[in-house]
Amino acid sequence: MIDSLYIAWKYLGFNKMRTATLVACITLISFLPASLQLLLDESERQLMSRAVVTPLVIGAKGSSLDLVMNTLYFGDEVPERISMEAADRVWDTGLALSIPAYVRFQARGHPIVGTSLDYFDFRGLVVADGRMLAVLGECVLGARAAEGLGLGPGDGLVSSPETLFDLAGIYPLKMRVVGVLQKSHTPDDLAVFVDLKTAWVIQGLGHGHEDVTRIKDPTLILERTEANVAASAKLFHFTEITEKNLESFHFHGDLSSYPITAVIAVPKDAKSGTILRGRYLSKEEPCQIVRPEDVIDALLQSIFRIKNVLDAVISVVALATVLALILVFALSLRLRQREIQTIFKLGCSRMTIARLIAAEISIIVLLSGLLCGAMIFLVNHFSNDLVRMLFIR
Amino acid sequence: MIHIDDLEFHYREGEFRLRMREFSVTGAEKVAVIGPSGSGKTTLLNLIAGIITPLSGHVSVSEVRVSGLSDSERRDFRISNIGFVFQDFELLDYLNVLDNILHPYRITGALKLDREVRARAESLAREMGIGDKLKRAANDLSHGEKQRAAICRALLPRPSLILADEATGNLDPVNKIRILDLLFRNVEDQDATLLAVTHDHELLERFDRVVDFQDFRDEGAG
Repeated sequence: MIDSLYIAWKYLGFNKMRTATLVACITLISFLPASLQLLLDESERQLMSRAVVTPLVIGAKGSSLDLVMNTLYFGDEVPERISMEAADRVWDTGLALSIPAYVRFQARGHPIVGTSLDYFDFRGLVVADGRMLAVLGECVLGARAAEGLGLGPGDGLVSSPETLFDLAGIYPLKMRVVGVLQKSHTPDDLAVFVDLKTAWVIQGLGHGHEDVTRIKDPTLILERTEANVAASAKLFHFTEITEKNLESFHFHGDLSSYPITAVIAVPKDAKSGTILRGRYLSKEEPCQIVRPEDVIDALLQSIFRIKNVLDAVISVVALATVLALILVFALSLRLRQREIQTIFKLGCSRMTIARLIAAEISIIVLLSGLLCGAMIFLVNHFSNDLVRMLFIR
Repeated sequence: MIHIDDLEFHYREGEFRLRMREFSVTGAEKVAVIGPSGSGKTTLLNLIAGIITPLSGHVSVSEVRVSGLSDSERRDFRISNIGFVFQDFELLDYLNVLDNILHPYRITGALKLDREVRARAESLAREMGIGDKLKRAANDLSHGEKQRAAICRALLPRPSLILADEATGNLDPVNKIRILDLLFRNVEDQDATLLAVTHDHELLERFDRVVDFQDFRDEGAG
């Protein structure tokens, strides 16, 4: 058999293009369904594991999927904003722990998650290096975000503008990295966590500047009365919160009207959860309350329905490929009649010829298997990112 | 060495018929077979080699009745006792020269490929003047070199009978003489019998015996 394999290997090596084509066909036709299944299993695991541990999410009425994807997985689709009042309302019921979340901005491709310290306890996130958020303008990085950005405690990170050409849009804020979280193998690993107020500063709702009552430059002052000083647009706004200028940062208006994207509600018990859900049933109610598990389950059902169709298509393509491969081998046997006659004359039996062809097929299948295995290994290795790319972003 | 009795053969299709009452080659002779194209010379070689079997009559080589052996016995007998040199070399493109020479050893259990065989293959190739081309692809060789490789392949198992089917037919005059010299020298060294079909009358005087195929046939070729 070794000799048959040797001769088959030489033949396949001589006919490189044909061999490569056959290997590519078999590899692709086995890789596609296997990798699809792998990604679906991984997406089900990733999406579901996070959904089941997040009891309830409250957000603006609209797409419940966008709300859940944004709140749990920090997806790019930002739902309609609600106000901080929604979080206070949950808190006031005494039925659940209320964790506000404002997931809208990004820093160098990583989502900035504005939230309260309760979020870290709720998700079981622990600081591995540095410390937790304490002061305005600070941020804590997820493990993979820190790794990807090459940042650690003491470094600075600038928020990204939402639209590059919108001059009236948000200004970048340089945040100070104070801690890096332990790896949790969840979307939290990719996030940049800030206090809600820092998120509002990024949006421009809170800002810091020179004390206008002490400004002497007349070009900076539009109007000065005893009760009020109106500054011109020339007034310099700080883009970094430091110990020196921290005092100058302030928020105008009522904080309960400030925007957030969702409230994660953690009911005290099942009964509290049911009561809380009942409070959002009214048609006049501007917010919706959803169970992430139900939303993700519906999403997965849709994905699996599509997968069934894909499976059917792949089966037909696989059948066509197998038939084409049989045809290729049959035609190649015809083309190789002279060669077969020669080795037959030299003393080779029909069985040996069959063994040579079997060895060729075995090598092609083996090469395809190895290639397919390597590709599946890569898919498996990057499945986390692929799932995020395919199903979340 | 070779003995044929009342041989009769025809292919399933076509008009071709071959009948031979008696034909013998004894001892280590170098016999040339001549005759017009299509007269059945190649068919005769194939019958002697046991590649095809007669409808009736007998073919014996070295006292072994080849036509009476089973398929696998015939193959084993052929590969161990008969070397075949073809007109168009019949080398495999995808193997290098050394692998082509060793090929019979890799396709049958009747021959065992070991270090000694490899050494002999290399020595034969050196003797044939292609020792430095063993790693070259068969396709890269000239016609003369290809035929030398084919002769090495036929001689390697030390067969007692060598069948050459117009072995020099595709070669230029210089190569023709050179190849025949090498073939003869090795046949003599191995004390083997050579039965060579040829159209080249200039070469005939070098053979021990020349057989006109027409004289041995009862009926002409189709």
